Amino acid sequence: MNFKNFKFDLSNKNKDLIPQVLTVLLLVLVVIYFTINAQNNMGNRGISFGFGFLSQESSFDITFSLIDYDGSHSYAKAFLVGLLNTILVSSIGIFFATILGVTVGIGRLSQNYLVAKAAEWYVEIFRNIPLILQIFFWYFAALRALPLPVDSINFYDISFLNVKGWYVPKFIWTNFSVFFYSIILAIISIIFFYKYAKKQRDEYGKQLPTFYISLGIIIGLPLLTFLIGGVSLSFQIPELEQLSTTVYVYKGGVSIIPELISLALALSMYTATFIAENVRAGILGVSKGQKEAAASIGLTKGQILKLVVMPQALRIIIPPTTNQYLNLTKNSSLAAAIAYPDIVLVFAGTALMQTGRAIEIISITMLTYLSLSLSISVFMNWYNKKIAIKEK
Amino acid sequence: MKNLLIKPSKENLTSFVTLGGLLIFIGFFDVLANKFLNLNVTGFLPNKVSYFAPLIIGTIGLYLIRIEFSGNKLLDKINTNFNSNNLNAILTLIVIFALIKYIPPVLNWLFFDANFIGNTKEDCTGNGACWVFVKVWFNRFVYGMYPDAEQWRINSAFIMLFSLVGASFFVPAKFKKYILIFLLFVYPVIGLKVISGGDFGLKYVETGAWGGLSLTFIVSAFALILCFPIGMFLALGRRSQLPAIRYTSIGFIELWRGVPLITVLFMSAVMFPMFLPDGTYVDKLIRVLIAITLFEAAYMAEVIRGGLQALPKGQYEAAKSLGMGYWRMHFLIILPQALKLVIPGIANTFLALVKDTPLIFVVGLLELAGMVNLAKTNPKWLGMAMEGYVFAGLVFWIICYAMSRYSQNLEKKLSTER
Repeated sequence: MNFKNFKFDLSNKNKDLIPQVLTVLLLVLVVIYFTINAQNNMGNRGISFGFGFLSQESSFDITFSLIDYDGSHSYAKAFLVGLLNTILVSSIGIFFATILGVTVGIGRLSQNYLVAKAAEWYVEIFRNIPLILQIFFWYFAALRALPLPVDSINFYDISFLNVKGWYVPKFIWTNFSVFFYSIILAIISIIFFYKYAKKQRDEYGKQLPTFYISLGIIIGLPLLTFLIGGVSLSFQIPELEQLSTTVYVYKGGVSIIPELISLALALSMYTATFIAENVRAGILGVSKGQKEAAASIGLTKGQILKLVVMPQALRIIIPPTTNQYLNLTKNSSLAAAIAYPDIVLVFAGTALMQTGRAIEIISITMLTYLSLSLSISVFMNWYNKKIAIKEK
Repeated sequence: MKNLLIKPSKENLTSFVTLGGLLIFIGFFDVLANKFLNLNVTGFLPNKVSYFAPLIIGTIGLYLIRIEFSGNKLLDKINTNFNSNNLNAILTLIVIFALIKYIPPVLNWLFFDANFIGNTKEDCTGNGACWVFVKVWFNRFVYGMYPDAEQWRINSAFIMLFSLVGASFFVPAKFKKYILIFLLFVYPVIGLKVISGGDFGLKYVETGAWGGLSLTFIVSAFALILCFPIGMFLALGRRSQLPAIRYTSIGFIELWRGVPLITVLFMSAVMFPMFLPDGTYVDKLIRVLIAITLFEAAYMAEVIRGGLQALPKGQYEAAKSLGMGYWRMHFLIILPQALKLVIPGIANTFLALVKDTPLIFVVGLLELAGMVNLAKTNPKWLGMAMEGYVFAGLVFWIICYAMSRYSQNLEKKLSTER
C-alpha cells in the first residue's frame, strides 16, 4: 500500500482520490448488478447458490481415473479425479517437454550443420501450428492408424501398443512402504552427505566423489530392502484375451489410454519448441570471455560446462521456462477437445451439464487453475531466487 | 593397441580419402539398397549388427577422412560442418539415414500416390492422400456454413481490408494517419455490416453460419483491435501511483493470465448469460469476442508494461518538467516510444491469438480446425482425418510462420535503429 496518497492534503486529495473512488464504485456496481441478475436468474430456474451439490452422488462414470471412482461417488470426488488427471498429464508433459526442449535447444547450437538445421526446422514447424490442431492430429489421425488389439505392436513381449491404447506391465509390490521409506531415507542421507562433502572441501580442500557416492546410496539402499526388508516386486504383464470370434482385448497390466498419449505427446512437442528457444538464448547469453577465462585457469571441458556455463545460463533459462510450464499446465485443458477426462471435461463439462450450476462450477474450475498456476510460479520464484547471482 | 588405430594424416591424403570415401559409399549403398531395391547387402551379418552396419562403416569412413588442414577446400568444409568429431559424424549419418528412410514415404503420401482428381471418396484409389476431400470441402473450410450465393460479401470485405492495409504502406505519410483511423474505427463497422447483412438489401446471415478460415481472421482481427486499447489502459493502471487502480489492474491481469482460454470461453458460454437480466440474448460470436478480447488484453497489458518499464526515467521527468499532465505525458511522450519498443511482443501476442482461435469450437463456432472436424465425421467422407488436419495445419503454419518471420525482421530493424 502506498500511504503517501492518503495524506490529508486538500489539493492533492481530490486529484488522487476521485479516480480511485470512481474505480472502486464502478467495480462494486458491476458486482452488485451481476449478483442481482444472477440471483434472479437462479431464482427463476429454482436453484439456489451454494456448494452443497459437491457432496451429492455424481452418477456418471469417468473413463480414466487414478483413484477409485465410479458413479456412486460424490461430485467432489469427481472433481478430484479430474484434478489428478490434469496434474498427471501436465507432469508427463513437463517432463518430456524439458528433455526434448533441452536436447533440441542444444542441437540448434551444434557445430554440425545438419543437426542444427534439423533442430531449427523442428522448432519452426511445431511452434507455428496451433496446439489444438496437433492434439487432433495425434488423436484422430495418427493414433487411429494403429493396429487392432489382435495384431498390436509388440515391445519385447511385455508391452503392447494398439488402437485401444498402450498396455504396460503393472507393478505389484509387497511391502511397498518399506521401499518408499528407504528412498526417502536415501534422499535425506544424500543431503547430509552433500553438506559433509562441502565442509570437507571448504575446510581441508578434499574433493569427495559426491556423484558416485550419492548414486550408490540412492541405488544401494532401496536394493537392500529387497534383500532384507521383505520387499518384492513382480510384474503383471498384459495378456491378449478373446471375447468373441473377432473381438480381442488386453487384460491385466496398466492401460494408458490414447487420449492421454496424444495429449501428452502434443503438449510436450509443442512446449519443447519454446523451451528449446529459451535454452538456446540462455547458452548464447553466457559471454565467450567466461568460457575462455575458465579454460585459462585449467578447467576441463566438462568442468567448464558444469561450473561456469550452466550456472549462468540457467539464470537466463529458468524464468521464461517457468512461464512455459505454466502455459503447458493451462494448455492441458485442451483435453476437453478429445475427451480426456481432465478437470475441464469432468467438472466444467459433465458435472455442469448435470447440475446446471454454472457459476459455482466455473468459479471452482478457474480458481483451481489460478492456484495451480500460482503454486508453480511460487515454487519457481523460490528456485530462481536460490540460483540468482548473490552479489557480495 | 596404439598401432592398430590408424591416425589419418595429411601425408597419405589420397589413400585415406579414397578408403574413407569407399566406406561411406558402402554405408550409403547399404541403406539405399535396403530402401529402394529391397536388398540387404549386409544380410550375412547377425541381425542387430546388420541393422547398424551402415552407421558403423560410415563412421569409420568419416573418421578416415577427418584430416585437419588438408588443403582441400571441400574436404575441410565437410570436416568442419559435418564431421568435427566422432559424435558429430554419427549424428550426421543418423540424420541423413533418417531422411532417406522417412522422406520418400511422406512425399509419396503427399504427392506421388495422392489423388487430386474426382468428386467423391470413391475416386481416391491410390495409397496416398485423398486431396479430393480438401477440394470438395474447400469452400466450407474457407467460408463455413455461409450461404454460397452470399460469399462474395466475405470476399469483398477482405479485399477491402487488404487493399486498405496495402494502401497504408504506399501512400504518403500525411494520409497514413487517416487510413489508420479509418481502418481502426470505421472499417470494422462496415466490414461487420457487409458480412452480417440485414440492411441495404443484403440478406441477414446469422453468426452461427459463419465459419472456416474467414472466421479465424474475423475473430483474430477484431480481438486484436479491441484488446489493444484495453491492454494499454491496464498497463498504465498497473504502473499507476494510485493503489485502488493499481490493485484492480493487477487483479484483472493476473486473473485472466492464470486461467486457460478454454475456461474463459466456457464462462462466456454458460456463466455470462447468468449475469445478465433474464431474457437478454447476446450473440454467441459477440460473447466469444468479448471473452477473447479480455483474455488477450491481459497479455497485451504485460507486453506494453514491458515497454513502459524499458523507457528511461528521464523521459517521464522531461515531460513533467515541461508542465505536462498525466494523460498528455503518456499519449504524447511515453506511449509512442514504449509501443515502438514492444512491436515484436505485440506481434507475438497476435500470433498466439491466431493460434488460439480454433478453441472457439467449445461454444459451437467452427473455424478452420472445427470445420475439418465436422467434415471428417461426414458419413461420405469417413477416414479423411489425416488429410484434413494436414491441410489445416499447413494453412495455419503458413500464416503463423509468415507472421513470426515478419516480427523477427521488425525486431532486427528496430533494434538497429536504436
